[in-house]
Formats: sequence, C-alpha cells, structure tokens
Amino acid sequence: MYKIAVLGDYDSIYGFATLGLSICPVKTREEASDMFRQLAAGEKYGVIYVTESVAAQLGEEIEKYREQTFPAIIQIPGVSGNTGAGVENVKKTVEQAVGSDILFSAE
Amino acid sequence: MASTQVNPTRMELTRLKKKRITAVRGHKLLKDKRDELMRQYLDLVRENMEVRKRVEAGILSANKNFVIAKAGMSEAELHTALLAPKQEINLVAGQRNVMSVDVPTFEYKTRTADENDIYSYGFAFTSSDLDGAVKSLADILPDMIRLAEIEKSCQLMAAEIEKTRRRVNALEHVIIPETEKNIKYITMKLDENERSTQIRLMKVKDMMLAEAHGY
Repeated sequence: MYKIAVLGDYDSIYGFATLGLSICPVKTREEASDMFRQLAAGEKYGVIYVTESVAAQLGEEIEKYREQTFPAIIQIPGVSGNTGAGVENVKKTVEQAVGSDILFSAE
Repeated sequence: MASTQVNPTRMELTRLKKKRITAVRGHKLLKDKRDELMRQYLDLVRENMEVRKRVEAGILSANKNFVIAKAGMSEAELHTALLAPKQEINLVAGQRNVMSVDVPTFEYKTRTADENDIYSYGFAFTSSDLDGAVKSLADILPDMIRLAEIEKSCQLMAAEIEKTRRRVNALEHVIIPETEKNIKYITMKLDENERSTQIRLMKVKDMMLAEAHGY
C-alpha cells in the first residue's frame, strides 16, 4: 500500500492536502533535495508529484529514478504558471525511444 | 582477413556456424520485440500527452480558484480550514508486464467510502470559493493518477526500446557480419589446406613412380 506525496512551494500544493495526499512544502533548494531524497528512498510513496520549478532545481536526482518502476516522479505545474517542463519531458521520452521527436515536433 | 584471430579448424567452424544461427534468431526476435514495444509505446505516449494537457489545464484552473478563495479569507482562517485533512488516499500499486517491461499500475482507495468527503472544515467560516477550489482539484485527481501511471510506463518503455534498438543494431551490424567473415575465412583456409595436401600427394606419387620405373 503506497501513499502519494506532493513536493513544491506551499502556495502551489496546499490544496492537495484536502484530497488526502501528503504535502511536503519546501522553500529552498537544499530543503527540496533533502526532502526529495527522503521521499524517494523510502518505500512509502508510489507517486511523487513535483512542481516544475522545484523539479528544475533537483535536476539529476530525478533522472536517477527514471528507470525504476517505483516511485513514479511526475512534474506538475505550480501556482506561478506552467513552464512547459512536463510536456518537454514527454517529448524527451519520444526522442529516446524513436530517435527523434516525430509526434509532437509540429506543435 | 578476419579482424580477430581465429583458428582455422573444423571445430571452430562448427562453433561459429552455431553462433551465427543463434545470432540470426536472436536478431529476429529482438527486432520483433522492438517493433511491438514501439507500437504500444506510440499509442501510450499519445495518451500521455493528452492526459498531461488535461491535468495541467485542470491544475491551472484549480490554482486560480484557490487564489480567489484565498483572497476572500484571512490566511489564518485558510490554514485552519485545511489543517487537518479528512480524506486519505491509499495507492494500490501493481505491475503489468508489457513485452518484458514491468510497468506500474495504480489504483487508489479513499479512506472514507464517500469520495466527496473532501471538505475538512465547517462551512460556516470559510468562503464558498474554497469549496469550489477544493472540488476542482478533486475532479482532476483520477486524471493525475492516470497520468502518473502512463508517464512512468512511457519512461520505462522508452528506456527499454532504446536498449533493444542498440542490441538489434549491434547484432545486425557487428556480430552477424563478423561471424560470417570468420566462417568464410575458415572455409577458405580449410579448402586451401586440402588442395595443398592433394598436390603434395600427387607430387609424392610422381617421385615414387620415377624412382621405381625410371619414367
């Protein structure tokens, strides 16, 4: 039985608490990477939603979990707006699989 | 000449021929695997993009609703209202095997049976905008879970496709041609040996005949 965690700045994620997701508000980059390591290393969380701005700071640490089945690390837009990093990530997997982005390059 | 040194013996030849058969068979199987993975992946990644766009739009509008709700209440009131969540989500995670890639499947269970049981506050002291905001967020939750499932699957499958593609290419362009070159080298060398033995025997016969009968 897993739980779902949401990692990001408080304003972006406080709403998720009402749905029963665990929220982990972070402010600084150090806090974010500490918290992320804790969440990802423990077996407790099956899905970790990370706001795009925090994900940009974490960078390589997220890449490490790319090839593992659990946890799934999914980027979501924060309150400050959509940076397009999530969509960019999907395009990156297409590039990895096909060799070039044949599906979404026109958009 | 073969790039690596091979012993031109019959035993080596048999071994290489076996190796070639295995390589060709493996190449065919891996190629099939790659094609099937690719087919499933392309379907999945299209859905991934769709769900992601839906989730991003949903979160965006939910965030807007929350900002409006926040504007109508004091920060302390808002914090108190959301302090103790009533609902809890348990994720039941399974694994599905797609062409030897283990992809996750997620199902969620809410702690209380009523899934509308998301308002962790009394309605007396909060603005009605907050109810709407919470509701809008709750509406996109199933999509978010689905997104997690699909996006993770896509990442895992993309990695596997890349690996398989490399293997197929290595077999097709390195292992199989090299084995064939070696097989050809050994066959030619063995033929050459046989011819030289033949000639030697004929030469010896001539010499013996000349000695015995003076031809």
